Amino acid sequence: MDIQEYIKLIFTDYTLRTITLGTAVLGAICGMLGSFAVLRKQSLLGDAISHAALPGIAIAFLITGTKNSNAFLLGALISGLIGSFWIRGIIRTTHLKSDTALGLILSLFFGFGMLLLTYIQKMPNANQAGLENYLFGQAATLLESDVWMMSLVTGICLIVLLLFWKELKLSLFDADYAKTLGFNTKFLDILITTFIVIAIVLGLQTVGVVLMSAMLLAPAAAARQWTNNLAVMVILAAIFGAFSGVFGTAISANHNNLSTGPVIVLVAAVFVLVSFIFSPGRGLLFREIRFRKNRNDLQLHKTLSFMYNIARDHEDISHPHAIKILNNFQGFTKRSLQTLEDKDYIKIQGNMWSITATGYKTAANLYDQLTDKEYE
Amino acid sequence: MSSAQIEIQLIASLVAITCAIPGTFLVLRKMALITDAISHSILPGIVIGFFITHDLSSPLLILLAALSGVLTVVLVEFIQKTGLVKEDTAIGLVFPALFSIGVIMIAQHANDVHLDIDAVLLGELAFAPFDRFIITGTDLGPKSLWIIGAILLMTLGLLLAFFKELKVSTFDVGLAAALGLSPVIMHYGLMTVASITTVGAFDAVGAILVIAFMIAPAATAYLLTNDLKKMLLLACIFGVISAISGYWVAHGLDASISGSMTSVLGIIFLFVYLFAPNKGFLSVIYRRRQQRIEVSLLTFLLHLGNHTDDETERHVQHLNEHINWQKVKAKSVLDLALKNNMISIENNVVSLTEKGKHFTTEAINYIVTNKNSEIEHMKDRFFLFRG
Repeated sequence: MDIQEYIKLIFTDYTLRTITLGTAVLGAICGMLGSFAVLRKQSLLGDAISHAALPGIAIAFLITGTKNSNAFLLGALISGLIGSFWIRGIIRTTHLKSDTALGLILSLFFGFGMLLLTYIQKMPNANQAGLENYLFGQAATLLESDVWMMSLVTGICLIVLLLFWKELKLSLFDADYAKTLGFNTKFLDILITTFIVIAIVLGLQTVGVVLMSAMLLAPAAAARQWTNNLAVMVILAAIFGAFSGVFGTAISANHNNLSTGPVIVLVAAVFVLVSFIFSPGRGLLFREIRFRKNRNDLQLHKTLSFMYNIARDHEDISHPHAIKILNNFQGFTKRSLQTLEDKDYIKIQGNMWSITATGYKTAANLYDQLTDKEYE
Repeated sequence: MSSAQIEIQLIASLVAITCAIPGTFLVLRKMALITDAISHSILPGIVIGFFITHDLSSPLLILLAALSGVLTVVLVEFIQKTGLVKEDTAIGLVFPALFSIGVIMIAQHANDVHLDIDAVLLGELAFAPFDRFIITGTDLGPKSLWIIGAILLMTLGLLLAFFKELKVSTFDVGLAAALGLSPVIMHYGLMTVASITTVGAFDAVGAILVIAFMIAPAATAYLLTNDLKKMLLLACIFGVISAISGYWVAHGLDASISGSMTSVLGIIFLFVYLFAPNKGFLSVIYRRRQQRIEVSLLTFLLHLGNHTDDETERHVQHLNEHINWQKVKAKSVLDLALKNNMISIENNVVSLTEKGKHFTTEAINYIVTNKNSEIEHMKDRFFLFRG
C-alpha cells in the first residue's frame, strides 16, 4: 500500500480514522502533561498510576457487572488518584524515597487488581474479555465516542493549563518562591497530578498498562532536548506525541500481527533517540563535534607553543628546525602542521619547519591571553 | 495439605527470601524502580531464548534474560550519564522500549510460539509443582524449586562474602571508593543479582510479584528499623509471612496466588505504615502536632517574658487577639503551660513562674546560639508533655 492510498483510507475508513485520531489526540495530551511530569521529576508516576488503575477497573466491573467503558474510566481514575495521593503521603510522612513509594504502589495495587480479576473470572456471570485489553491495550477497540471523550478532556486540560500557566510554571521551577508569593502550591500540585492521572487513564485502553509510562515520558523527553522554554517544550511534546500516534498507527495498520501500542512506543522511542543525538544545543552528536573541535584547537595551541619555546632560544626566530625534533612531543600530526601552515603560523620546507612572525606573536599571546585579560 | 501445596508454599517462601535480600539494598540505594524496569525488559531476552531453545525453563533462556536485564541497567546508566535526562526518566524510557520489542517479536511469530505475555508478567504459581525436575527417572521435586534454591544460595553466599563492602558502598559511596572497595563493582554485582533473581522467579511467580517481593518487605522493614542486619531479617520474615498467608488467602478465595500474596504484602505495609512506632503515619502526625504546640508554647512564654511589667498585655482576654490564635488553640497552650507550672494566673492576668522564666531564658539562649532549632533535650529537662 503506498502512502497516498493510505492517506485516502484514513479519510474513508471508519476504524482507521478513529484509531488514527484517537492515538493522535492521546499522544498530544500525554505529551503536554508528560512535560510537567518529566520536569517535576515524576517521570515514573505514569508507570505507577497506570498499574494502580487496575483494581479500580476490577471494582467498577464488580459493582456495575457490565463492561461499561465509562464506568471503567471512572474506577480507574479513582484508584489512580488514591494511588498517587498515597505515593505523596508516603514520601511526605515517612523517610521512604519516591522510588520506593512508586514501586510499592505499583506492585501492591496491581497485585490487588490481579486478585480481583481472577476472583471475577471465577464468578458465574464472568465475561471479562474486555478487561484484558487494559493490560496490553488494544487500539482497535477505540470508538468514536472515546475519541470525543479524549478531545473533550484535552480541551479542558488546555484551558486549565492556560488559566494557571504562570502559577504552574512558577511552582514547577521554584516551588518555594511560589509559596512565598502566596500561591497555593498544594492546590497546583493536586491539579497537575489529577490531570496526569486523567491522561494516563484515558490512554490505558489504547496502549495498555505497561507502555503507558513511555507514552507520557518519551515525547516530553524528546521535546526537552530542543528547547529550554516551557511553552515551546509543551507544544513540541504534544506534536511529537501526536506524530508517534499517527505513525505508529500507520505502521501497525500496514503489517499483520503488529499491535498498535508497542509500535507507538517504539516510534516515540525513535523520536527520543533522534533528539538525543541530533538536537543542536544538547545533542550527543553536536556535543561530540564541539568536543573534538576544542580538543583539536588545544592540540594546535600546544604544538604552536612548543615550537615557540624552541624558536625563542634562537636569535633568528624563523631559523628552520627539523620536524623530527617535535617527535618527543606527541601533540602534532601532518594535518595539524598543515593547518598551522594554512594559518600562516609556520612555514614548512621539506623536513624542516620554521615559525613565522605572525606565528611567533600568536604563540606569545597564547599565554598573555591567560594572564593579561584586562588589556583586551 | 497435599505435597503440591507444601511445594508451592516452599517455592513462594524461597522467592520471598531471595527477593528480599537484593530488595533491601535496592530500597536503601534509592534504586527500587530498577527492579520494575528489569522485570519488564527481560521480555526480549526471554523471547530470543525461547526462539532458540523452545523451552521456558532452559538455562540459556535464563542467561539471556539476565543479560537483557543487565543491558537495561547499562542503557539506563548510559542515558543518565549523558546528562540529557534525569535517572527516573532514563528508566522510564528504556524499559517500555525493550518491552515493546519483546511484544512485537512475540506477535510476529505468534504462530509457532506458545509464549503468553500474561504468563510472563503475572505468572501462575499453581502450575509450578507440575514442572518436575527429573534426572534418570528420579523425581527430584519441582524445577522452579531448584532454580530458586540455587539463586538463593548464590545470593546468600555473595551477601555473606561481601556484606561489609555492600554496606559501606550503600551508605557512603565516597568512603567505599576511598577504601578501595570499588562501588562500581558492587553496583553492577547487585544489579546482576537482582536481574538473575527476577529472571529466576518470573517463571514461577510472575514479574509483578517479584517487584512486590523486592520492594514491599524491604520498605516495611525500613519503617521499623535503621539497622541493616535487622532490616534484612525483618524483610525476609515479612516476605515469608505474606507468601504463606497469601497462599491460604488465594486458596480460600480461589483466586490468583501471586495477586493475593501481593495483597497480603500490601496489607502488612499499610498496617506498618500507619502504626510504626517512630516513622509511621500516625506517630509522625502526632509528633508534628506536638511540635506545633511546642512552638506556640514557646512563642506564648516569650510574649509573657517580654511584657512582665505590662498587665494589659498579659490579660487572658487580650492574648488570643494579640498572638492571633484561635480560642481552642489558645486554651490548649494555656493549659499546657499551666500543667507544666510555667505560668500562674491571678485575676485573669497571666504571669511567668520561676520555672517559666528559667525555661524562657534558656530557650532564647538556645535559639540564638544554635542553628538547629530542635529543643528536644530541653523538653526532657523540663519534663514537658509529661505533666
